[in-house]
Amino acid sequence: MDNAQLLISGLANGCVYGLIALGFVLIYKATEAVNFAQGDFMMLGAFVTIGLTNTEYMGLPFWLALPISLGIMGALGYLVDRLIIRRLFGESQTAVVILTIALGFVIRFAAGLIWGHEPQTLQNPLAGKDIRFGGLVLGMEDVAVIVVTVLLTWGLYVFFSKTKLGLAMQGASQNQLAAYYMGIPVKRVQGFIWALAGVVAGIAGILFAAKGSVDPTTGLLGIKAFAAAVIGGFGSLPGALAGGLIVGVIEPFASRYIAAGYSQIAPYALLLAVLIFRPHGLFSQVRVKKV
Amino acid sequence: MRIVFKTNYMQDLRPWKDGYQLGLYLILLAVAAAAPWWLDDFYLGELTNVLIWAIAGLGLMILTGHTGQASLGHAAFLAVGCYANVVMIEAGVPFLVAFPVAGLLTGIVGATVAIPALRLHGIYLAIFTLALSVLMDDIIVLAEPITGGVAGKYLGGVEIFGHLVDRWATPSQFFWLVLAVAIIVTLGYINLLRSSLGRSFIAVRDSEVSAQAMGVDIARTKTISFALSCAVTGLAGALMGLFAGAFNNETFSVVISIQLLMMIVIGGLGSIHGAFLGAIVIGFLPQFLSISKEYAAALLGGNAVAIPGLEFGIFGMILIAFILFEPMGLYGRWLKIRTWFELFPFYRKDMFKRQKSYLKTERLR
Amino acid sequence: MSLLEYENVTLKFGGLTAVDNLSFDVQEGEVFAIVGPNGAGKSTVFNLISRFYDPYAGSIQFDGHDLLRVKASAVAAFGVARTFQNIELFEHATVLQNLLVGRHRHRRTNLISEILFTPSARRQEIENREKIEEIIDFLDLQAFRDKMISGLPYGVRKVVEVARALATEPKLLLLDEPASGLSVEETTDMRWWIDDIRRQMGITVLMVEHDMGLVSGVSDRVLAMADGAKLALGTPAEVQSHPAVIEAYLGKAS
Ligand SMILES: Nc1ncnc2c1ncn2[C@@H]1O[C@H](COP(=O)(O)OP(=O)(O)OP(=O)(O)O)[C@@H](O)[C@H]1O
Ligand SMILES: [Mg+2]
Repeated sequence: MDNAQLLISGLANGCVYGLIALGFVLIYKATEAVNFAQGDFMMLGAFVTIGLTNTEYMGLPFWLALPISLGIMGALGYLVDRLIIRRLFGESQTAVVILTIALGFVIRFAAGLIWGHEPQTLQNPLAGKDIRFGGLVLGMEDVAVIVVTVLLTWGLYVFFSKTKLGLAMQGASQNQLAAYYMGIPVKRVQGFIWALAGVVAGIAGILFAAKGSVDPTTGLLGIKAFAAAVIGGFGSLPGALAGGLIVGVIEPFASRYIAAGYSQIAPYALLLAVLIFRPHGLFSQVRVKKV
Repeated sequence: MRIVFKTNYMQDLRPWKDGYQLGLYLILLAVAAAAPWWLDDFYLGELTNVLIWAIAGLGLMILTGHTGQASLGHAAFLAVGCYANVVMIEAGVPFLVAFPVAGLLTGIVGATVAIPALRLHGIYLAIFTLALSVLMDDIIVLAEPITGGVAGKYLGGVEIFGHLVDRWATPSQFFWLVLAVAIIVTLGYINLLRSSLGRSFIAVRDSEVSAQAMGVDIARTKTISFALSCAVTGLAGALMGLFAGAFNNETFSVVISIQLLMMIVIGGLGSIHGAFLGAIVIGFLPQFLSISKEYAAALLGGNAVAIPGLEFGIFGMILIAFILFEPMGLYGRWLKIRTWFELFPFYRKDMFKRQKSYLKTERLR
Repeated sequence: MSLLEYENVTLKFGGLTAVDNLSFDVQEGEVFAIVGPNGAGKSTVFNLISRFYDPYAGSIQFDGHDLLRVKASAVAAFGVARTFQNIELFEHATVLQNLLVGRHRHRRTNLISEILFTPSARRQEIENREKIEEIIDFLDLQAFRDKMISGLPYGVRKVVEVARALATEPKLLLLDEPASGLSVEETTDMRWWIDDIRRQMGITVLMVEHDMGLVSGVSDRVLAMADGAKLALGTPAEVQSHPAVIEAYLGKAS
């Protein structure tokens, strides 16, 4: 019973990691760049929503604030691409890595200026409610996190692998020049993907802030989400979710059953092991580069 | 414009262009070596700090700037060098032995880490090294018997030929020690770049396939690059430990790793100058910010308020500006300015223009 | 004597057979050309020699060595140099540095002597430089010696790539489409250079080329390929009039 409780809370955490990882993967698939600021995007999404809903700030009704903040996050993602990333077309991956890390610094700084450095929680309609299930007590927030994440991942997966538009976008990422010749508006696709990643980060942020508290350094959670994305194999959306769940579940179990001091190492040790033995993730086949 | 007529191959082989340039560098060196006479102790300490960061930057430059392997985990190697040095000194090994051995040990650790890292490219390598840096923190805590864990370690000065060299008691001596190490490392780096190995690093950075076709063994070259890079970083770590005096698991955190990488990007990837210029920015930015905050406060009336994260916020913005507008860093900017003066009034804007290309896929299709 | 021997080599990429049971040999001192429509597997033939891929079956021998038993970097050490279809130069280095990388296989110094830049390292650098200057003179690259590759026009890059390959002092030179994208004048230059490389330097040349004028002008023998397999092998005239070759090209055109 105890283990089941651990499992559920691990899954809920894992979903948040999975959502951030989803953002990484979206952008990686489309632009072959990694957005190291994705975790900070999430933190920002949380704060934007807090700023709109919480009574000490604007105090809008939750269900009104929700679409507004997702819209803001989408616009932000689009602007980041439009104003910054797009200029790096053709530069090395390293340049983008460093740039997005720097962007993370700036976002953290800005969030601290606007909302302060105290941990805050999102006031939301689900707060404090729970579901009892035999002996199990499930927080409504946890349930919401799991449901929303699964639906979102499924939706994105269907979009990218089944719809015409989604497939065209995949094409754009795999070979930009060829896609360009085929009439796919490569740049617009890229902007759309960044906007989408912003929205996903916003959703992750809202769920996270509903479950626990956020402060400007919360975005550093992104490192764990990286582990998730890598474990899942950087190119696959369901893989990202699976990776997130693995990391999320390992954490509570490790801290329960492994000596303190060693337990927090678990996700990173797993990450290193995966990188060493299966550099392209647990769920992918290795292929060679074409010269 | 100064035109150097070349009459023999040594002119291209030696590190300076002509007597004029050599003279400039010698003057710079003399001015630096005389710093204890023209700087007060506070700024001498700051300068020492900048030089230590520059040495660390040179270490990372070998790997990232010249071999093209981005590392987000070099603080881990700073830590290895620092602890190795201190542990040996505590065991009674004289500093002049402990110090190079600490570098050597860090190099060996680096080569060992390189082996699994060889198969990783681009972001995967960045993530791998990032994880390493995160883990290092925990490893130091776990290895408490050696490292002192969370309580950390404390080290006073060291003795060199009976002289006390200590950051607080004898700041000038400590400065000269750091300066000497910086010079030696720089000279070795220059030599590396003008011979075969250094060129094979550049070859691996720019095109692995054609490096291979020219007979460069990629795995070996990357391993050597890792080893050299980590060895130099280890030396910097040892000096950092001496400079800080006290340190624990949090001294060499991931943030330091990231700062180091950003530093060489700002300075200019792929150039020795870049490591020094970047270190100057990193070293003096906090000073600069606190001074300008006081000015702002005086101007606007009121007290200078502490803004947490300001340093990193500004730092992030500088970095974004550099990557967008001057990807070659400060050194690249300097080259342009110099060329502008040399060619005045014939400088053309597209002189340093690089071709923009479509995304070069690094993904394994 | 045959310098390079390709025997029943097959390579598959997933379901696609890029090289299909291909055999041919290149004689010492000749210029051997490979022609074929796009996607015929010509570059793949080169990449197999460079050991970028492991063939599915068959053997590749060079100068008495079994290439399939060594790693990619060892191929150059035997005396094989190459250029790439999509130019793979070291972008952020000067022409001189690029050519000097070509000297890598003649390196006699080690890490320590290079870091100390001992007299032996210095001597080696000067020797390297003398050799490079010969090549620079041969290919008329004097004006570009200290220029960065990233600022060079396409035609010059193609020549620099040939120069870098020559700097290794190879026995066999592989040229992947040396004239593609070049102007008529540049193509003529390339033609004389290939001739001289063979005659003056005594280097065997294996090249892939679409320009039939260049192919029939310089090559002794031609191999025509389609879909990874051999269509015809013989003198340029024989191959051009071979029914299977005509059909493959016309079939592609219609
Ligand atoms: N690394 C790879 N992975 C998958 N398929 C590949 C790879 N390399 C080549 N191919 C495929 O193998 C076939 C032969 O390719 P190759 O590059 O050898 O053709 P080519 O004859 O050089 O054509 P071109 O004249 O266009 O240069 C092509 O269909 C190509 O798509
Ligand atoms: Mg080809």
